[in-house]
Amino acid sequence: MKEWVYDTVYLSEKDFETGRVLYETWVPNARYAWDAGIAIGRYLAELKAGRLVGVHCPSCGRVLVPPRMFCQDCFVPIDGFVPLQDTGTVVTFSLCSVRWDMVRLEHPLIPALIAIDGASPGMGILHLLGEVDPQAVRVGMRVRAVWKPPEEREGAITDIRYFKPLE
Amino acid sequence: MARNRVAIVGAGMTQFVRRAQETAKELAWEAASKALESCEMTLDDIDAVVIGSAPEAFDGVHMKSEYLSDGCGGWGKPVIRGYVGGGTGVFAPIQGWYHVASGLFDTVLVVCEEKMSSCQPHPQGAFLTIFDHTTERPLGPNLLWIFALEMNAYMTRYGLSKRDIALVSVKNRRNAADHPAALLGDPNITVEDVLNSEVLAWPVQRLDVSPVTDGAVAVVMAAEHVARRVTNKPVWVEGVGWCLDTAYWTNRDLSYPTYVEEAARMAYKMAGITEPRKQIHIAEPYDPFDYKELHHLEGLMLFDKGKAPEATALGITQRDGDLPVCPSGGLLGVGNPIAAAGLMKVAEIFWQLRGEAGARQVPGQPKRGVAQAWGDLMQVGTVIVLGVS
Repeated sequence: MKEWVYDTVYLSEKDFETGRVLYETWVPNARYAWDAGIAIGRYLAELKAGRLVGVHCPSCGRVLVPPRMFCQDCFVPIDGFVPLQDTGTVVTFSLCSVRWDMVRLEHPLIPALIAIDGASPGMGILHLLGEVDPQAVRVGMRVRAVWKPPEEREGAITDIRYFKPLE
Repeated sequence: MARNRVAIVGAGMTQFVRRAQETAKELAWEAASKALESCEMTLDDIDAVVIGSAPEAFDGVHMKSEYLSDGCGGWGKPVIRGYVGGGTGVFAPIQGWYHVASGLFDTVLVVCEEKMSSCQPHPQGAFLTIFDHTTERPLGPNLLWIFALEMNAYMTRYGLSKRDIALVSVKNRRNAADHPAALLGDPNITVEDVLNSEVLAWPVQRLDVSPVTDGAVAVVMAAEHVARRVTNKPVWVEGVGWCLDTAYWTNRDLSYPTYVEEAARMAYKMAGITEPRKQIHIAEPYDPFDYKELHHLEGLMLFDKGKAPEATALGITQRDGDLPVCPSGGLLGVGNPIAAAGLMKVAEIFWQLRGEAGARQVPGQPKRGVAQAWGDLMQVGTVIVLGVS
């Protein structure tokens, strides 16, 4: 099949680093104002009040988090919000040493999926872990939300600074 | 359901490179012209064009398929672009298949192109907006997170070590050394090289990951009466399948790709495959990260859940093993220009089944192969089964 590979012309990283290549650059000026939506709007309001909530599906009976206005499995509207605990269990985690643009971080971030107590099994949210030795993090670890003080909360997922080990 | 039989009759590609000097449109033309040349057809013989390409944010060009269309031979023809993230490269020939199977067209040129190098400072930036804008983006996620979280979930569920998984990276990068278009082929790479590479987002290390790549691949698909005229070695599309899981990815069991199984079941049913482990001879599962090959082999039901690493360690998935997996060298070795990478896998099955894979040819005259891709927010599976019997 070698004859069906085109003899593509390519450049080395060095060509770019030494400025031997002419190219145009452009920085997009794109700004957005998103609506939080029916379900997440309530979620954010409750976060500002220092509470985590889920929603209840009247069809399958599950308590879902993050909240949504309809159960995607049953395709029916949810019938109410359910208070959850601010504790949970680490389902999986990473020790991330790089930013999106591959700049190295001095201290790794610890993103984790956390199954929230009071929601149905497997209902995890994405958040960060803190106040923990990265090497000590384990799947199954019990964690609790560390909230910002009320006056600093703004109705955002970051009103929870991170989750830390329960013990 | 009445369907016309469809074959792939030609394939061509560019080199897979870190930075091509060509524009995206020029890359598309290079692949398209090679594919047409390979089956001695011209653009006049083509009824319709399918374009596959991933996020427009890579190129900074909106309506990217319109931009690409001239390079894809789309001028004056019915053109469609499909996009299911990383699953696009296998979805595009599925679209080509139903264009012809429906009887609407006799011939379709399928072109998948990706030029990731344009996006500065790093194409990962183009992926930041896949996360939920309210509940996830404020946490500062990057694309590596979801792979790292999924890899850890998979390792934890089955008690796997990094070494078990690194074997895939070694196999594929060694295989790629025999691919004339490969970016990262390395006949001498070892497990220690992978395990000693920089930790990016544990458990993901540098050599667990496929590279940022520019490239394009094209195939020509034809109805049976045309295919038999064009070639004496048509490669038939025996089955296609695709499936999307929920976007509430933090609620799913990340240790198993159910959506790949659903897509495979759809394709196998169409192909009349009841025992995939006996009836499929080679596989090109999607391998942007080494653990993904294992994950997908299990989703394709070619190994039991959690057992693909053991099969890899036993050499079953080597090019001369019982089930050669990614004989091309995969995304880890040949490169990962998103949509083009998936179609590269389809082209590899095409060349393998025709006995034209050169130094990469698997022994034993394989009669049936499966290619699979994956993408969106870790939730789409696209599967195609090709055969020559």
